[in-house]
Amino acid sequence: MTELQNRTVATRVTANADDHYAEHVAEAAGSAEAVGDPADWRSERNEGLHEIIIRTSELVKQYGDVTAVDHLNLEIHKGEVFGLLGPNGAGKTTTTLMLLGLTDPTSGTAEISGLDCTRDALAVKKIVGYLPDNVGFYPDMSGRENLIFSGMMNGLTRKEAEERASGLLERVGMTYAADRKTGTYSRGMRQRLGIADVLMKDPEIIIMDEPTLGIDPSGMRELTALIRELSVKDGRTILISSHELYQIQEISDRVGIFVKGRMIACGRIDELGQQLQNEGLYMVDFRAEKTANGSMTTEHRTAVETGTEHGAMNATAETLASTTETVASGKSGGAAEDRAASETEELKSLVRGIAGVRLVGVKEDGTLHVESGRDIRAELFQKLTDAGYLLSELHERGGDLDEIYRKYFEKAGGDENYDNRTNHTENKTEKRSLREKLLQRSHR
Amino acid sequence: MEEDDLLPGETPESHAANVRTNRRGMMVLYRKELADHLCSRRFWALFALLMIVSVASLYGAIGSLRQTALAAQSQGQGVSEFQFLKLFTTAGSSIYSFQSFLGFLGPIFGIMLGFDAINNEQAQGTLNRLAAQPIYRDTIINAKFLAGATVVFLTVFSLGGVLSGLGLLLSGTKPVAEEWVRLVIFLLLSGVYISVWLAISVLFSTLSRHAATSALSSIALWLFLTMFLSLVASGLANAMFAGTHASAQDVISAYRLQTGINRISPYYLFSEAASVLMNPNVRSLDIMSLVEYQNGALASYLSLGQSLLQIWPHLVAMIMEVVIGFALAYISFMRKEIRA
Repeated sequence: MTELQNRTVATRVTANADDHYAEHVAEAAGSAEAVGDPADWRSERNEGLHEIIIRTSELVKQYGDVTAVDHLNLEIHKGEVFGLLGPNGAGKTTTTLMLLGLTDPTSGTAEISGLDCTRDALAVKKIVGYLPDNVGFYPDMSGRENLIFSGMMNGLTRKEAEERASGLLERVGMTYAADRKTGTYSRGMRQRLGIADVLMKDPEIIIMDEPTLGIDPSGMRELTALIRELSVKDGRTILISSHELYQIQEISDRVGIFVKGRMIACGRIDELGQQLQNEGLYMVDFRAEKTANGSMTTEHRTAVETGTEHGAMNATAETLASTTETVASGKSGGAAEDRAASETEELKSLVRGIAGVRLVGVKEDGTLHVESGRDIRAELFQKLTDAGYLLSELHERGGDLDEIYRKYFEKAGGDENYDNRTNHTENKTEKRSLREKLLQRSHR
Repeated sequence: MEEDDLLPGETPESHAANVRTNRRGMMVLYRKELADHLCSRRFWALFALLMIVSVASLYGAIGSLRQTALAAQSQGQGVSEFQFLKLFTTAGSSIYSFQSFLGFLGPIFGIMLGFDAINNEQAQGTLNRLAAQPIYRDTIINAKFLAGATVVFLTVFSLGGVLSGLGLLLSGTKPVAEEWVRLVIFLLLSGVYISVWLAISVLFSTLSRHAATSALSSIALWLFLTMFLSLVASGLANAMFAGTHASAQDVISAYRLQTGINRISPYYLFSEAASVLMNPNVRSLDIMSLVEYQNGALASYLSLGQSLLQIWPHLVAMIMEVVIGFALAYISFMRKEIRA
C-alpha cells in the first residue's frame, strides 16, 4: 500500500478515539517521534515563546465607506501558531494581504521581522510563505513542475529545486500524483501541493488563509497534524486565518477573534475561557417534562430501578397514550401547544427563581438554556423534582471555543453562529432571542 | 546608487540583494512565459496560418512578377530594380501581398498572444501566489509583455527568413545589400506594429476579468481602427472642406486632415511606412502637385537614407503607441487589488 493509503487507514481506524490521537498521528507520520499530546506540547512551548516577529500597529484598511480592518494591533510571537478566527467578511483576509504587501493599508503599519510589509515587501516575501484559500496552480504543468518553478523563482537552481521538490512531495504525501497535470487535482490534493509549494522557499513564517476549508474529515486530521508539525518540529511561525473554530483551536497556541474588522479578543484558548469563567459564566441546557400525575412518574422510576422491561414499556405506553390524548382532545393541536407553552413559562419562572441565574431562554428544539453566575445544577434538579418535573436532559456548556466565540460575538453584536462540529446553523432563533434579551436587559 | 533611491529600512547592500533576487525571478518568469507561448496550441495554429498565407502570397507574387517580366521581355525592356523586394509587396492574381497580409493579420497574432495575460492568471488562482514570490510586482507584467514581444519578433523574422529563402530559390533574383537592409527594417517595423496590438490586448487583459471580454474588446478596436477609421476620416474631411466650390487649398487641407485622422490607426501607419520602405519608387506621402512631380523629382529611386527620412515619424508614432499601451497596462496592473 502506498503511504497515503496507510495514512488514511490509520486515521479511519482511530477516528473516534481522541485519547489515542497522539498515537495515531505518530503512526500516520510513520516516524518514531510522536508530535505529542495536544495539551502537553502547547504548555511546554508557551514558556519559550516571547520574541515578537509579526507586529501591526493601528492598521486600518478602508474600501470607500466600508472599514475592512479597524485599528488592528496584533503581536505574534516567533515560533507560535496563531489562529485568526472570525466569520466571513471580518477582515481576516484583508489583514493577511496587508501583511504580505499585496494590499496597501489606509493607515497604520505592519511589520514582519522588523521589515515594513508595505515598503519592503520583497524582503518580507523572501521569508514569508503564503498559502491562499483556493490555491491555484498552472494547469498545464505537473505538480512537480509547479514546485520547481516556485523554487526557482525563490532563488534555487534547477537541481536544488528538483531535489527539494521531491523531498517535499514525500512529506505531504503527493508523490503518487506529482507528475500528473495539476488541472486534474482534487481540492485536497491542491491544498497539500500548496503546502509543499510554500515550503519550497523554506520560510520562517507561513501565512495560511482558510487551509482546512472543504477538506474531508480524514484529510483534515492529516492536514492539521502537518501544520502542527511545521511549527513544533521545524520551528516556523504559522498564522492561520479561518472561520473553522474547532479545527483551528486544536492546533493554535493563541487565537485572535475578529469581528467586523476589529479584534475583540486575543490570547490563549484557556486564557479566553478563563476570562469567561472569571466573569462567572456557567451555562446549562436542560429539558424537563411535566409528568401527567405523580403516580406515573413513580411507576416509571420503579420500572427503571427494578429494570423490568415490562414496567418500562407500560410507562412508555402510558406516556404515549397521554400525549395522544392531549393531541386528540377537543380542539386542534393548539391545545397541546398552549399546554407546552405554559409548561415552558412555568419552567422559566421556576428557574429564574434560583439565585444567581442571569438568563433563561428557550431553544428551537424545546430545551431551555440557562446562564448563571454559579453552578446551579444541584438546586435546579431539586427544584424541578419538587415541582413535579422530570429532568430528561442536562448538558453543561461553556469553556470551549464555540461558547467563547458566541459570547464575544454577542458582545460585539455579531449574528453569525454555528456549531462547527456539526457544521449546521443551530438555534439561530434561540440566539436571537437571547441577544434580544441581553439588549433588553441592558436597556432597562 | 543615491541615498534617495533607497526605501525606508533599506541599505545599499539590501537594495542590491533585492534587485538581484528580483532579476532572477524575472528571468525565471520570462522563460516560463516564453515556454508557455511556444508550446501552446494556439500559437502554433496562428503561426501555421501565417506561414501558409505568406507562402501562398509568395507564389502569387512570383506569378505576377513572371508575367511582368515576360511582358517586359517581349517589348525589349528590362525589368525594374529591387525585384527581391517586389516579392514581398506584389499582389498575386487572386491573393494579397505578404505586406498586406502582415498588416491585416499581424494584429490578430498580437492580440492572441496577450488577451489572457493577466485575467487568466487571476482565473486560475495563480496570480496571488505569483505576487507572493519575492519579486517586485511590475516584474509580472514586464515578463509577460517581454515574452509576448519576443515571440512576435521571432515569428516575424522567421516568416521573413522562410520567404526570402523560398523566394530566392524560386525566382532566382540576386538581392543587393540595400534590399536586405530594407527588408530587415521592414521586419522590425512589422514587429513593432504587432507589438502595438500586443500592448493593447495586455491592457485589456488587466481591465477585464474574463479573457473573452478582453479578446473581444481588442478585436473590436482592431476592426474599428483598420476598417472604419478611413471611412470616418474621409467623411469628416469631406464635411469640412468639400463642396462644389472647393479651391485647391481646400483640397489639400481635406487631404491632410484625412490622412491625419487616418494616421491614428496603426494599420495606416504601417501601410504607409511599409510602402515607402519596400518600394523605393515612392517619393512622397503627401500630395504633390504635377509641377513638383515632373520638374522637381529626379528620375531615380530613393536612397535608403531618404526613405528612412520619410518614415521616421511613422516609426516614432508606432513606438509611442506601444509605449503608451504598455504604460496604461502597467498602471492598471499595479493599481489592481490582487485577491483570491
